[in-house]
Amino acid sequence: MRITTTVNGTEREVDDVWAGESLLYVLRERLGLPGAKNACEQGECGSCTVYLDGEPVCACLVAAGQANGRQVTTVEGLAEGERLHPVQEAFLETGAVQCGFCTPGLVVAAHDLLQRVSRPSDLEIREALAGNLCRCTGYEKILDAVRLAADRQAQG
Amino acid sequence: MDFLQPASWQEALELRAARPDAVPLAGGTDVMVELNFDRRRPGALLDLGRVPELRTWRTEDGCVRLGAGVPYARVIDELGKQLPGLAMAARTVGSPQIRIRGTVGGNLGSSSPAGDAHPPLLAAGAVVQAASAARGIREIPVAEFFTGVKRNALAPDELIGAVRVPVATGPQQFSKIGTRNAMVIAVSAFACALHPDRRAVGTGIGSVAPTPRRAADAEAFLAGELESAGLWESRGELPETLARAFAVRVAAAASPIDDVRGTAAYRLHSLSVMARRAVTWAWNDLREAA
Repeated sequence: MRITTTVNGTEREVDDVWAGESLLYVLRERLGLPGAKNACEQGECGSCTVYLDGEPVCACLVAAGQANGRQVTTVEGLAEGERLHPVQEAFLETGAVQCGFCTPGLVVAAHDLLQRVSRPSDLEIREALAGNLCRCTGYEKILDAVRLAADRQAQG
Repeated sequence: MDFLQPASWQEALELRAARPDAVPLAGGTDVMVELNFDRRRPGALLDLGRVPELRTWRTEDGCVRLGAGVPYARVIDELGKQLPGLAMAARTVGSPQIRIRGTVGGNLGSSSPAGDAHPPLLAAGAVVQAASAARGIREIPVAEFFTGVKRNALAPDELIGAVRVPVATGPQQFSKIGTRNAMVIAVSAFACALHPDRRAVGTGIGSVAPTPRRAADAEAFLAGELESAGLWESRGELPETLARAFAVRVAAAASPIDDVRGTAAYRLHSLSVMARRAVTWAWNDLREAA
């Protein structure tokens, strides 16, 4: 089947999509957007987190056909040209990135949190990131990154 | 495999009847896992995500008629007052990403013994509205809906349209044991609801039997003891001996197994601890409300 989806602001058409194919597969293998990572394929790890119509979801659990006609934003869509999004900058500065595999999903989840809550408490940060696993950092630097991004956002 | 995407409820029911080989797809949090892992290759997917009626809820005749496609995130945001037990359980489902996609209707359709929505629906006395193009709507009490591990009472041409959940008339509680707080499939779960208007107690137990089920003897026992001690009227303290005796009867309703998530013995123990605590919390809530 053919699906038409707006990805990072651009309408994309994809042909010969298999009915059981995930949105994640379409993004990575058909559209060449490898930011969202393919790890657990069961919604446990959050490394494939993308926005679907403005809500953060696991792309591995969305059937491609369900994204037909919808808006998708991936981690590739957060920066403005060469200028990283403040959440991405904060991850770099605080050392919240080690192997980097979980980073795109965490960046999208943190981005979503800071859109909804300008000054999140630590509890709110933990809850918002509960669906994203990181096996390197122990999460402390990631919490630092979200706090830093929140501070900068508050200062405008 | 075909991808069927009805735009209306009527069309969905007609497709369901025409394609018994189709698997209904809601939030995808169960079905997509089975596809990703090659555990299932149905003839078609029937995506219900474009059926607007399924994504609404309304209050009618003292019940919330909850469309099958309302995700957990909205149950939490919109129904905490009317359906406190279900909203509590919804908060424990997966992660934010899962709660945005996963639906109560999908949970019922999967009929896992560990489904988080099931215990509070049982405790509240909810009714599943199944529908077919040929026969219209059929109401199935949740207590009769689950027929085996991941099996339910739906006919091959039926879809779940909604679940009717009585609006809470008293405190409700939900408790769940897992290995951590996020992303946990229940090792055991317990829900209770106090119905002071009719002096009754509702329960639901999860992950401790082939299906989610009520602990009916425990419900009748507690309601009767509260009656004979005059506690429904006095709203006096719940005696700890009574809470313990209730918990013993809750555990007696279970028939757990050993599996990767926990042993049968641990399931029984944790269930009885949760039952004692949760019913005490609920009773204390009732006393405070008085």
